[in-house]
Amino acid sequence: MASLEINGKSIPVDDDGYLKNLSDWDKNVAEVLAKQEGIETLTDRHWAVIEIMQQTFKETGTGPSLRKLSKASGVPTKELYELFPKGPAKKAAKVAGVPKPTGCV
Amino acid sequence: MVQENTYEPMKKVSIIVSQNSIENVYPGLILANGALMEGMDAVLFFTFFGVDAVTKNKMNNLQVKDVQNFMSRMPAPSGPMPENLTGFVTEKIKEQFETMDIPPVGEFLEMIHDGGGKIFVCKAIADMFHLTKDDFCEEVDDIISVGKMYEASAGAQIIYT
Repeated sequence: MASLEINGKSIPVDDDGYLKNLSDWDKNVAEVLAKQEGIETLTDRHWAVIEIMQQTFKETGTGPSLRKLSKASGVPTKELYELFPKGPAKKAAKVAGVPKPTGCV
Repeated sequence: MVQENTYEPMKKVSIIVSQNSIENVYPGLILANGALMEGMDAVLFFTFFGVDAVTKNKMNNLQVKDVQNFMSRMPAPSGPMPENLTGFVTEKIKEQFETMDIPPVGEFLEMIHDGGGKIFVCKAIADMFHLTKDDFCEEVDDIISVGKMYEASAGAQIIYT
């Protein structure tokens, strides 16, 4: 099984690099995952999106659609693509430690 | 066990929308938006009746075309059969879309455009229907010839709907 080594701790991830357990997530982990995705610094705007991602996952068992993510976080679609380039929903999910969203929109 | 994928990942799609019914327009929008969400590039090219989907006074009033086909897949209406079946089914589908977070056409085009998708209208059809840039929503990047469409589609898989 694939895993992510952070500060001497081994965190299980799936084949696409998504955390297996949200309970392994913390801000350090998020920063490491973000760097893997080419995001150098996580700003307040990133954290706002990450928070909605985790909140929706806890409530519904899956990450939100892009539309819901934008509406709930108050971050416009265009900015979502700037914050998490090349696929905001899946990248934000990865950094937030939740599984890749399965919805089509 | 999923077999190891040895193919190059898709990088870009170019989707031609040529019809104006809900069942013809939405697949194109979902495919384009889905491509962007996967980190791919997407181009949408609207031609023939498909231009209605980017025409300001029509885009949010598209209707279903194959009413019977839809009717056979949804619960029968309670009470007498509605007089305007097309309108009835269209409303039901829109309600269903809303629960699935599938936005109305205008908002969907905005999402696609904000995600970096390119949106074009076919010049021949704009000329034929006497439509100009002012008739189209602001997300339309340009009215272009088929030659320019191929140019914009360089490196893409072209999907005709």
